[in-house]
Amino acid sequence: MSQICPLFKREFLGYFRSPVAYVFLVAFVVISVSLSFSPFGGFFGSNDASVRLYFSFYPWLFLFLVPAVGMRLWSEERRTGTIELLFTLPVTRLEAVLGKFFAAWAFLTLAILSSLTLAFTIAYLGQPDWGVVFSTYLGAILMAGGYLGVCSLMSALTKNQVISFVLGLIACGALLMLGFSGFTATLESFLPVAAADAIANFSFSTHFEGFTRGIIDARDVVFFLSLMGFTLFLNVVALDR
Amino acid sequence: MIEVKGLVKTYGTKRAVDGVTFSVRRGDILGFLGPNGAGKSTTMKVITGYLPPTAGSVTVDGIDVTQDPVATKRRIGYLPESAPAYGEMTVTEYLNFLADIRGYRTKETRRVQVERAIGLTHLDGVRRQTIETLSKGYRQRVGFAQALLHDPAVLVLDEPTDGLDPNQKYEVRLLIRQMAAEKAVILSTHILEEVDAICNRVIIISQGKLVCDETPEKMHARKAGARLDEIFRQLTLTDV
Repeated sequence: MSQICPLFKREFLGYFRSPVAYVFLVAFVVISVSLSFSPFGGFFGSNDASVRLYFSFYPWLFLFLVPAVGMRLWSEERRTGTIELLFTLPVTRLEAVLGKFFAAWAFLTLAILSSLTLAFTIAYLGQPDWGVVFSTYLGAILMAGGYLGVCSLMSALTKNQVISFVLGLIACGALLMLGFSGFTATLESFLPVAAADAIANFSFSTHFEGFTRGIIDARDVVFFLSLMGFTLFLNVVALDR
Repeated sequence: MIEVKGLVKTYGTKRAVDGVTFSVRRGDILGFLGPNGAGKSTTMKVITGYLPPTAGSVTVDGIDVTQDPVATKRRIGYLPESAPAYGEMTVTEYLNFLADIRGYRTKETRRVQVERAIGLTHLDGVRRQTIETLSKGYRQRVGFAQALLHDPAVLVLDEPTDGLDPNQKYEVRLLIRQMAAEKAVILSTHILEEVDAICNRVIIISQGKLVCDETPEKMHARKAGARLDEIFRQLTLTDV
């Protein structure tokens, strides 16, 4: 497992060797902040000193931005042929998958934490509950890992980054929609209620919501961690083909 | 050092490699010849552990590549065809990353290995350039430096002189010959004079099957006075 470290370093620093990192980080902050300040966000109107409204857009934001980070993870290696180099180095597939995943996750975490300035601004203007702020950030980071696991898997399936992006978008979109009442109502119309409820349980948004209200529920944490574990396992299998 | 026994590799229904058996000892420079698509690269990919064999076995230094792939990969230096590399990294960054993964964990030991590889392949002038900005010849040399970095006992080189100018070809051949005494080297090539220049054994495969495994001298003796490419043509004529 010690091989994860050099892989992680190469991948993480790799984001900063090209403009990708800077473009992404700036886009992430600008889009997320302007969404919450927009009429849809109603950040000022809410008269509430919390980051809850800001983070309410995160499941939607991640739907587009996480596939953008995850699409290149394996597609790029396949396209440029470096995958042959990587897998003739003394590393196991699992180490390679984890090294890359953790690097991308760390990068997303950096993007999420770059919004801390907003939390500080709120603290300057009012009295936010720092416990809730903390749980919200934790939830966002865990949710980013869940999205990323799915996107990393999709990226391992193709050498075309566009296909990888679209597949990631569809898969994450499905996992996100499961939580919305309209979608579950449709499911209930032809499935038993218990089955529909079970499926709705796999949604990002329902598991994220608790965090934004300051509740760190073990079930939510386990959901995101097991989603990561499962997709990364499939990722290793997909690369074994 | 390398034992290949009854190696079979199929892609779907196509048999790329069909029961190839040979061995490479320390000190051997094995020239691996064959028409395009005959199974040269596939055989090399199985030896280096990139592809799993469909049937048969490959051992490197007595270790089966499917049993303990990480151990065999440690012993092998591999230059894949067209020398893929992480283009956005500079030459030194790239070699440092590889040294790290090859187990040179302190800065000083990494520096020693990287400097040695850069010296051997004459990359000093471009060490701070990103790999994607390098010319084909330099990129090939970076791939070569990558394969030599950890001074491996086994070198697997897929068309090492492809894209090099005559002077660079000469240098690469010289380098291979210098190192060969304590290594087992397999190199694939399309350039038949290269075989005469550096190899002490020749293997020709055609349609996935071994058609010839002997010294270059013996191969010349197959048809007195004929050039190597004529003999090659005769042996692989079925494969068009």
